[in-house]
Amino acid sequence: MATSDIQVAEHALQHHFADMEQQRETSTFGMWMFLLTEIMFFGGLFCVYLVYRAAYYTAFVEGSQKMNIWLGATNTAVLICSSLTMALGVRAAQMAKPKLMIALLLITILFGLGFLGIKGIEYHEHWVNHEFPGPNFHFVTGDPEHPATDAQHTEIYFSLYWAMTGLHALHMIIGVGLVLWIVLAGMRGAFTPHYYNPVENVGLYWHFVDLVWIYLFPLLYLISKKHGG
Amino acid sequence: MENNQQHDESVVGHIAPASMYVSIWAVLMAFTAITVFAATIELHVFNIVVALLIATIKGTLVVLFFMHLRYSPKLTMVTVVASIFFLFILFGLTMTDYLSRGWLTSAGH
Repeated sequence: MATSDIQVAEHALQHHFADMEQQRETSTFGMWMFLLTEIMFFGGLFCVYLVYRAAYYTAFVEGSQKMNIWLGATNTAVLICSSLTMALGVRAAQMAKPKLMIALLLITILFGLGFLGIKGIEYHEHWVNHEFPGPNFHFVTGDPEHPATDAQHTEIYFSLYWAMTGLHALHMIIGVGLVLWIVLAGMRGAFTPHYYNPVENVGLYWHFVDLVWIYLFPLLYLISKKHGG
Repeated sequence: MENNQQHDESVVGHIAPASMYVSIWAVLMAFTAITVFAATIELHVFNIVVALLIATIKGTLVVLFFMHLRYSPKLTMVTVVASIFFLFILFGLTMTDYLSRGWLTSAGH
């Protein structure tokens, strides 16, 4: 073993692991276990959605017609682009290109903030339309000739819409913070092809949040055929 | 030459080509366009079936390639399958309760 290898190993290898590969696999496995609990965390909300959607299908269709499908689709595309730059950022870390990694992760942060901005526009639209559950909730369909047949229960749809997208947005905010942390550590030269576990694990988190949105988009926006725009 | 070999040995994990990530990105973008287009066609109850089918294809691609599951140890694969399994236990047992309520009383009363 060359001297440089010993130095790297002393720097990055924790004493309770046999080698760097075992350390990396253990770290990644731990991250997957955390993501498993996250799946069950979101799964509770998805389950509530399933129960109420089965009970008040008409209200869910009428509520979902008020979603802006173009903003939702744009946000889906923004997140997919952010996942690409994230994946390429992890690859840059693997290939010992810290500057490229930092640049790609900064683009990922911009996509993440773009997603939150577009989500904010949607939230504002729903807020001024009284589509926030509570005493001021008031539901009217976009088409005056076809009034809502189950306006009362659309409040359940909107409760779930705000809760599910809100929890997702919170994960996005945390994700932006984590990527920023990786960028700052990368600037200090913390990562090598030998040791990039935090980059990989933050990447897994970011892709997971993308994955949740991939399901939220059809469940909240695409329940039935879109009428009009 | 010896330096290169040392460098290769010190790399841990699988490095996928950048072209693979770009290809997966292109497929994900295409499916996003398809799912929005499908929402403009009246398929009644099948609108959501098509939308969820496309979402599942997209999700599988994200997990296998962006999240490196394809290049991960079998233990990671078991973790992912276990999470899906328990998610469906959560959905399945909940819905067998909620969907079957009233089945026994409706005939007798």
